[in-house]
Amino acid sequence: MNNGFRLLDPVRQAAAVQALRAILPAEAVLYEQEDTKPYECDGLSAYRELPMVVAMPANEEQVGRVLRACRELKVPVVARGAGTGLSGGALPHGKGVLLSLAKMKSILALDPVARTARVQPGVRNSAISEAAAPYGLYYAPDPSSQIACTIGGNVAENAGGVHCLKYGLTVHNVLRVRACTIEGEMVEFGNEALDAPGLDLLALVTGSEGMLAVATEITVKLVPKPETARVILAAFDDVEKAGNAAAAVIAAGIIPAGLEMMDQPATRAVEEYVHAGYDLAAAALLLCESDGTAEEVEEEIARMTAVLKRSGAYDFRISQNEAERLKFWSGRKAAFPAVGRISPDYYCMDGTIPRKRLGEVLRFIAAMETKYGLRCPNVFHAGDGNLHPLILYDANDPEQLPRTEAFAGEVLEKCIEVGGTITGEHGVGIEKINQMCVQFRPNELALFRAVKRAFDENGLLNPDKNIPTLRRCAEFGRMHVKGGQLPHPELPRF
Amino acid sequence: MQEVIERYADRIRSAAAEKKPLRLRGGGTKDFYGQMLEGEVLDTRACAGIIAYEPTELVITVRCGTPLAELEAALRAEGQHLAFEPPHFGPGATVGGMVAAGLSGPRRQAAGAVRDFVLGVRMLDGRGDDLSFGGQVMKNVAGYDVSRPMAGSLGTLGLILEVSLKVPPLPFAEATLKLEVPEDKAIAMLNRWGGQPLPISACAWAEGDLAVRLSGAASAVKAAREAIGGESIESGQAQRFWRGIREQTDPFFHTDKSLWRLSVPSVTPPLALPGEQLIEWGGSERWLASNADGRTIREAAVRAGGHATLFRASDKGAGAFTPLAPALAKIHRHLKQAFDPAGIFNRGRMYPDL
Repeated sequence: MNNGFRLLDPVRQAAAVQALRAILPAEAVLYEQEDTKPYECDGLSAYRELPMVVAMPANEEQVGRVLRACRELKVPVVARGAGTGLSGGALPHGKGVLLSLAKMKSILALDPVARTARVQPGVRNSAISEAAAPYGLYYAPDPSSQIACTIGGNVAENAGGVHCLKYGLTVHNVLRVRACTIEGEMVEFGNEALDAPGLDLLALVTGSEGMLAVATEITVKLVPKPETARVILAAFDDVEKAGNAAAAVIAAGIIPAGLEMMDQPATRAVEEYVHAGYDLAAAALLLCESDGTAEEVEEEIARMTAVLKRSGAYDFRISQNEAERLKFWSGRKAAFPAVGRISPDYYCMDGTIPRKRLGEVLRFIAAMETKYGLRCPNVFHAGDGNLHPLILYDANDPEQLPRTEAFAGEVLEKCIEVGGTITGEHGVGIEKINQMCVQFRPNELALFRAVKRAFDENGLLNPDKNIPTLRRCAEFGRMHVKGGQLPHPELPRF
Repeated sequence: MQEVIERYADRIRSAAAEKKPLRLRGGGTKDFYGQMLEGEVLDTRACAGIIAYEPTELVITVRCGTPLAELEAALRAEGQHLAFEPPHFGPGATVGGMVAAGLSGPRRQAAGAVRDFVLGVRMLDGRGDDLSFGGQVMKNVAGYDVSRPMAGSLGTLGLILEVSLKVPPLPFAEATLKLEVPEDKAIAMLNRWGGQPLPISACAWAEGDLAVRLSGAASAVKAAREAIGGESIESGQAQRFWRGIREQTDPFFHTDKSLWRLSVPSVTPPLALPGEQLIEWGGSERWLASNADGRTIREAAVRAGGHATLFRASDKGAGAFTPLAPALAKIHRHLKQAFDPAGIFNRGRMYPDL
């Protein structure tokens, strides 16, 4: 654990402050500890580090000049939106600049005919949909943090959401990213047409965790809001049956607008919190949503119901109105805060697995609960195989976090073993960097590093995240042999 | 199959050592596309076959040399499809070529492009290293997304060995309508419909005729038919029509002139350029058969916020693709260097210096 005790270099800090003050007004350059403290972590609060300086540019020109100054001073830069990320992607660098894009929060243009919005990176995800609502349009990707998270962060992480099986991820809904390189040059990835000449660098920078360039302007696609939506709440006496039911819905040629699952411990935690009337005896609950025109939804709900019945659901409820639909969803949407109430801390995982291996992975997680003596309720994007096990722990007990990390590490490696991935939508950041050594081979990691150098030769943009060095993998390999227990837990590891 | 892959890797390594260009090629149905064809052919067809297909996971993993027709037949048998309707441009089209060319058909506007369905790739880079990126799952953000940019890379980054694709179900119902409307009105209508929850899966406007295809739940198709109006086209005839658009066998494409593909924002008003036009993708794609000066055409596309590709032409002196801005071109060169340090793959196919 690093608690921010990395020694600050006052000379280096003074040089950075001086350079930044030549570009930004005094109030946009923070360096006193009480001012920089709010930036010490993102949504993954187990990892903290005080930034050397916080810079808050208000426009693209300032971003360019800040990046150029950092490059001249050889100072690392970590870009940050709302800081809601769950993998420590915006964890500051103790000897670097934390570049907050929070001041760049204007919707620059919204064209209801072309169905596009051109926005600055600090615009909140849901603010785009709010602005588009009068035209019957919205921005489809809806990560759970959408009321707070920013579009810049969504691009950096390729954020998903509960509707992404049908409506796609960030990468499918962004047309253009205008960004600044570490050299201070403006580049456009994509454009306002459906494709652009050259290599598809828009796909490459989406999800690159702020390591290739800093987005200063983003054009997103807006889509017509479905006329109506209804959800089926189905109860199962067995988790695997519920998983198979999800597969059967898809095998029937249906792409649900949302397809979500909760196991019994998760259901119990959320029911206590939201009182949605969930069946607490069920081993698993499945939420299966249809959206579209009223006729379309009616047709699809009938088809879904038949499939779920055949798949062994013992109880069904179909939302009869919008209030009921929201009530059925309330527990799933509030799963994280609800779990936060039953435990002092929780550690959220993000592996994705082929759906057919769900039973096996859940049994594995149950075994890990016994092995590590920690509880782990599960919520699951059943449509796309993205699993969010939540390990419950107490950070006040210094011995619990390492145990939690070891638990999480084993689960992520299981995800790789069954043909999945360590992260579906939260990103690698600092959190899962060791598991990257398990998911990728040395020559693949070498190519990632070569891609990084193609954009950022000196490795100044968000260093030490996402892509591990070979040395780190070698060290991790050694630690790994010792059963995941860290040799010197008191030392800063990242 | 490992033997085949090792043979490819050996060839790449010796070509790299001698800095001799290699031309990655499947069925050769898209040889016409892009700039130059340089180097000795490396035929990818020895690496063929479907590796894994899980209809309930909506994923298929298939080798590069597999005929595209074979892949589509396997999907159809399970009621699924390649939603982006890639053009074959000939019976020999392969999966690897489909991904490398990155071309999408009539359904692109509604469903997405090739890259939107790529979940993972296995490839050989310019060192002959066997690399895998992405995977077989819908959501995966581990590491940089190297697999999606392989779509449309024209073989300049590496030899695609295998690709995993998302394969959605076929629509339950389909209908095609035909309306008589002038160009400016057609563009306006397409954009207005685009903002409504209508199941439009394709459109084509040429010479005052607008064809619209609807795909989805039977009730939604029926309701949209009433909302849009026009004349219903019989399904066999409609299928032949859309195949003609997708495969460019429609009479519009029988031309002695150069064929340009202009990709522009959907709201772009009619482009006053000499020649004939066919509009697809809700107004975003404009095919132009014209002998006008390349610079004039490119400038019009760029002014509209898009770009123009010289798609088919006897003389590609104007350059197949719109030149890149200097900062972007520099990143392209660096990436090429990262993937293919000896610069052997499909040299000059995209741009002269890549």
